[in-house]
Amino acid sequence: MAARTEGLSARDAVALRLRGGSPDWAGWLLEAGLLLSLLVAVGILFVLVGDTLVKAFPVLAERPLDFLTSTVSARAPRAGILQAIIGSLTITLIVAALAIPIGIGAAVYLEEYARDSRSSRLIRTNIRNLAGVPAIVYGLLGLAVFSTALGLGSVLLAGGLTLAVLVLPIVVITTSEALTAVPESIREAAYGVGATRWETIRSHVLPYAAPGIFTGTILSLGRAFGETAPLLMVGAIAGTFSFVGAPWEQMFEGYTTLPTLVYHWAGYPQAEFRALGAAAIIVLLGVILVVNATAIILRNRYDRKW
Amino acid sequence: MTLTTRPPAATDGEQPIDEGRTIRLMSAQQVDETEQSVPAAADERMPMRFGDDEIVFELNDVSCYYGTFRAVRDINLQVPKNRITALIGPSGCGKSTLLRSFNRMNDLVDTAHISGSIRYHGVDLYDGAVDPVEVRRRIGMVFQKPNPFPKSIYDNVAFGPRIAGYRDSMDELVEQSLQRAALWDEVKDKLKSPGTALSGGQQQRLCIARAIAVEPDVILMDEPCSSLDPIATLKIEELMRELKLNYTIVIVTHNMQQAARASDYTAFLTMGEDRAGYLVEMAATDELFTRPANRITEDYITGRFG
Repeated sequence: MAARTEGLSARDAVALRLRGGSPDWAGWLLEAGLLLSLLVAVGILFVLVGDTLVKAFPVLAERPLDFLTSTVSARAPRAGILQAIIGSLTITLIVAALAIPIGIGAAVYLEEYARDSRSSRLIRTNIRNLAGVPAIVYGLLGLAVFSTALGLGSVLLAGGLTLAVLVLPIVVITTSEALTAVPESIREAAYGVGATRWETIRSHVLPYAAPGIFTGTILSLGRAFGETAPLLMVGAIAGTFSFVGAPWEQMFEGYTTLPTLVYHWAGYPQAEFRALGAAAIIVLLGVILVVNATAIILRNRYDRKW
Repeated sequence: MTLTTRPPAATDGEQPIDEGRTIRLMSAQQVDETEQSVPAAADERMPMRFGDDEIVFELNDVSCYYGTFRAVRDINLQVPKNRITALIGPSGCGKSTLLRSFNRMNDLVDTAHISGSIRYHGVDLYDGAVDPVEVRRRIGMVFQKPNPFPKSIYDNVAFGPRIAGYRDSMDELVEQSLQRAALWDEVKDKLKSPGTALSGGQQQRLCIARAIAVEPDVILMDEPCSSLDPIATLKIEELMRELKLNYTIVIVTHNMQQAARASDYTAFLTMGEDRAGYLVEMAATDELFTRPANRITEDYITGRFG
């Protein structure tokens, strides 16, 4: 702004400076650009969900309950997702039972027990890398180790084990972060009154880190619930899930899950099956929305200030 | 060689707290009688002798290291019982490091180690057979920043005794500890509310109550008033004068007026060319502040330092 101020009184000079500015075009343009980015991101999401809802509408409107409680069928009007729901829930349970305790244990060891050495840093870095490995690689690993080497074959248990391995690094990382967020001064306070390391961890560090750990593990379960590719490698296929025998026997049966069923139905040429797929997607999205919302509510509720 | 264990807060039905108090009161009176002779011995200041005073800590050629860096070098000093001994000196001269080696708090830092010997009632604290957990139970600590557990006021105080296996009336012990920390009247109606909701000065007194609840022998204070306002500071100093009847107190402070007001003996440390802190002189507090033996001490206490 090049307002000329020579020869003016101080008062006039100030008035000229303060009032004589031109609008901030560059700033306005930047703001518009940023808003546009947001609209594109949200817009795409809306279009995707909207399109799916429209496609799923016939199924969800005509037989919402029947769709949830029917089994997989080659005849579209009778096909449902009961087996997929049971398969997905069982696999999530296997993941929870394995990945959560092992992951939390590993993180507690890394953060609270291991000395800060070259090898512990190397392990930490590698766990971060593992969390970024494409899911299909875990599928190959599951196929090689659980299905083939351990001889499990294409069964529910192999799928659960594979996904447990997949989310393990995520559980370790989120737990580590929750543990490091507990200030050192709290540990010192506990040690200062004669607590042992384990007493300090059990009575203070773990309880204070618990909200963060819960949030992280719930999100990782959501990830397991929606995972598709690795399960295709370890034999999740549509329709061979039987209801014969006790639950532990079904662990060694064929299985299907919600996302793999969606994948399967999407391959059919008939529009009826694509409508079924869309309806299954809506169910899947609903479950994941509930899972993520739970995590957010937990985090906000127990958010701690030090 | 192990520490002779004083029964940690009573397994017999008696009231060990009052017992301990009377015993210590007697010795405090004895100390008072001999105090007059202290200035006479002050010429021979390194290490300072305390006549008939019982010695709690005796440091011989103590150097503290972080990895290869020597933070404190060749400290020789003694800490008398039922006295307040202040460690003063410029920032970074290793006062806190030295203090944290008194109860092996620095064990928690992977790279920290010491050379020389720290004898506590004649027992080498760094002897392999000494249990650092028991050391910290007998030598309590109050930290620079108030660090109450994010738990109730009651649980803050009760945690130490609980892990020490105290099974008598916890309510009584909590009340007694809070009273001795001059906090009881302010919190007696809200023992279930979180300790973190108190004001800074109250939090620090809660930390003192937590420290004395496990009936330690010594209380180490690491700049306990540095985050408090002047009124809260005076309250803590008043409290220290009461506590010294029962406990030996070692306090690190940045505040020379505080050392002059509150302590019986003062040790002045400064940093050498090698960035390692060393002891310049130790004397009765009045002596050190009115007739320092060393030029560096004089420069520091008169504010002509660095």
